[in-house]
Amino acid sequence: MTSDTVKNTNEAPVQQEKPAASYSALSGNEAVAQAMRQIEPVVVAAYPITPQTDIVQNFSAFVADGLVRTEFILVESEHSAMSAVVGAAASGVRAMTATASNGLALMYEVLHITSGLRLPVVMPVVARALSAPINIHCDHSDFFGVRDAGWIQLMSEDAQEAYDNTLQAVLIAEDPDVLLPVMVGLDGFVTSHSIENVALLKDGVVKDFLGKHRPHTNLLDPENPVTVGPLALQDSYFEFKRQQAEGLRSAARVIDEVAARFEGISGRQYRRIETFNTDDAEAIIITCGSTAGTARYALQRLRQKGLKVGLIKVRCITPFPAHEVRQAVAGARSVAVLDRSMETVTEGGPLFVSVAAALAASGGKPPIMRSYIYGLGGRDIHLSHLDEVYRSLLDTSTDRQPADVSPQVEFLGTH
Amino acid sequence: MTDESIVKTRTSWDSPARDLPQPADKDGWQRAPLAGSIRGGANSAAFKVGDWRSYRPVHIEENCIHCLLCWVFCPDMAIVAEDGKMVGFDYEHCKGCGICAEECPTKDKAIEMAKEEGQ
Repeated sequence: MTSDTVKNTNEAPVQQEKPAASYSALSGNEAVAQAMRQIEPVVVAAYPITPQTDIVQNFSAFVADGLVRTEFILVESEHSAMSAVVGAAASGVRAMTATASNGLALMYEVLHITSGLRLPVVMPVVARALSAPINIHCDHSDFFGVRDAGWIQLMSEDAQEAYDNTLQAVLIAEDPDVLLPVMVGLDGFVTSHSIENVALLKDGVVKDFLGKHRPHTNLLDPENPVTVGPLALQDSYFEFKRQQAEGLRSAARVIDEVAARFEGISGRQYRRIETFNTDDAEAIIITCGSTAGTARYALQRLRQKGLKVGLIKVRCITPFPAHEVRQAVAGARSVAVLDRSMETVTEGGPLFVSVAAALAASGGKPPIMRSYIYGLGGRDIHLSHLDEVYRSLLDTSTDRQPADVSPQVEFLGTH
Repeated sequence: MTDESIVKTRTSWDSPARDLPQPADKDGWQRAPLAGSIRGGANSAAFKVGDWRSYRPVHIEENCIHCLLCWVFCPDMAIVAEDGKMVGFDYEHCKGCGICAEECPTKDKAIEMAKEEGQ
């Protein structure tokens, strides 16, 4: 994907021996279902919702065909799906579900219970707009709407990354210093239903990578009884939340450690952010998900014309890689953050707000920052949109805006 | 599954009931049991609920026929019986619900509810 003109400013990947992988033409959902087959959770409880449906459909076929020994629980709602997964995970086994959009919103209560009980659940989320108006297509309002539910959140650019992130998520979640659930985002339809060449690892390689699950709690062990989720009031609730915050903080280190191990078996390198040409860039776009691919192409074309533009793709949304983003934008004059969601929209979108907070905390002179909302309800984002953003950034005067001016929020591609 | 399969974390698993850090402990949260889980069974006796009570049951021994209906009905096992006789209450676990007084079958009640002092 990176051509000569687009320089990945991360370190060059260490040359590995050719990893044991085979290429298959798979949609993002099929790739995620393959990851789930290789993880072989003891329990999967799920409810179908577009565009997540064929993750569950493919996985249930694996169950029916005897390819996995998973107990597949058909439930009546996403609230029940997540609740069943919480029970299973508390009993000491790997448990998974997958959802999208309103399904994720319906899980909201139980998402907090999963993270609060420190259960290492992994859940692919196929990002889709929230109702109303009803819309089945891609945006990130569902994913960012649950950003504060205590889960780790990885956002994938393509089918390969969705597959790779799903496998890595298991080890991130189960790390004794983390013990938190992980959400793996992929873009509805754009990624979930587009067929790409995906390098699948061999089953045995994945099995060795994941190892045996060593649960921290086991409700089904009568020799060692345990009460999970008892009342905790003024005298103790805060301490448990303090521990939980530490788990999320530790996740940053563990995500990198797991990525390094994953590179060893796959040859593919993952960072919490990916930077392209940021070293000498005057104007930088920050975004996540499939749009990062389009932005990389726009960047390549503008670099060929000699324009000093850069790109940051945020893979790890929660915990937000503030330090890494701060370093990557250090030399830039202007930065645009592209959000595909409606949260905090008056302040500039959730990714914008996270970037702004990271830069404000640095103490240095931050670059001019612009917030763009794009692609709501699956509205296409074109090269021309990204060109427009880059050119607008390059034209931005270095004169500071008065401090009392609210951030300017642009809506990219509205009629 | 044996206990060896349970991963060891920095937090304590060993306390039979939740052994919480005291307010004076700096960084006491590091020793709090993970997610508030309580290891070990039959430990609800260690959790005192007697201070929730607004009314306390009082045993009027001369009216008592020792039918032990109070012992049968008490939801908190707070009626103390010895040798088939009702001998008093476990005030550390009685929440003062009054079911014992309600169920007491004698004409002149052998259990009456009295307002807790300071209420």
